[in-house]
Amino acid sequence: MREKIAGGLIIAAALLLSYNFYHIFKVLPDDALQGPIYRILFIHVPAAITGMIGYFVALGLSISYLMTRNFRYDSLAASVVEVSVIFSLVNIVTGSIWARVIWGIWWTWDARLTSALVCVLIFAAYVMMRRAIDEPTQRARLSAALCIFGCVDVVIVWKSIDWFRTQHPSPVLSIRTGGGHMDPAMEHMFYWMLLAILMIASALVLIRTRQETMAREIDSLRRFANAAA
Amino acid sequence: MDARNLTFLFYGFLAAWLIVLLYVLSLARRNARLKKELENVKNLVAQSESAPRLEDRVR
Repeated sequence: MREKIAGGLIIAAALLLSYNFYHIFKVLPDDALQGPIYRILFIHVPAAITGMIGYFVALGLSISYLMTRNFRYDSLAASVVEVSVIFSLVNIVTGSIWARVIWGIWWTWDARLTSALVCVLIFAAYVMMRRAIDEPTQRARLSAALCIFGCVDVVIVWKSIDWFRTQHPSPVLSIRTGGGHMDPAMEHMFYWMLLAILMIASALVLIRTRQETMAREIDSLRRFANAAA
Repeated sequence: MDARNLTFLFYGFLAAWLIVLLYVLSLARRNARLKKELENVKNLVAQSESAPRLEDRVR
């Protein structure tokens, strides 16, 4: 069932991406100041938002694990974090390429970029830590604690462009500014791209969760075999 | 400016999808490894269930 839902999501995302790419590259005009490079926004920002949504979902799942000690929440949180790290990485790499054209530099240590990098490092550490700990209860408890700690940085990443003066631009989406900063046609396309990337991320989480379930099954069978021997 | 602009736009989209593709490939590899491991452990359990226990053998 899970595989069917993941397959359906991937097909729907592929169809939506074809529609989106046609509009992004053929219909929408170039930006008056940036030229065609502004189109990187359609992957840079949705990837960032997907990552952030994932971290907050993982936060909820980690708290649920600590309250109930149900390993399903732990498996789900681990899957969501891993996929979110991938999209945060996409966000940082595309942002760096965009910065090279617009700012003339690949990277700057401003509050937004630095906090985003720290966020990726914290959650990459989460993924690596899980592989290093064999004992399931200890692994789940430490992972949940690290996830809660990491989400503090996610809030800093999100609010950094409001709290600090940064090289990174201020918010442009009408949902945060009340409108007037971005052409409505471009913003409309941005939300379709966000939907497509969220669908891909959800499909990847479903596949990854299936793997976590298999790993748990292997672990319990191995314990059973050891006990029976 | 525009030609360089387009080149970097191409690099940006290429890098983004390449990262996702590499992750999908790693998921596929991990899936194959887990399936094989699950099969092995199931066989191990079946063997240990059919084999006589150590205490029985001593008796």
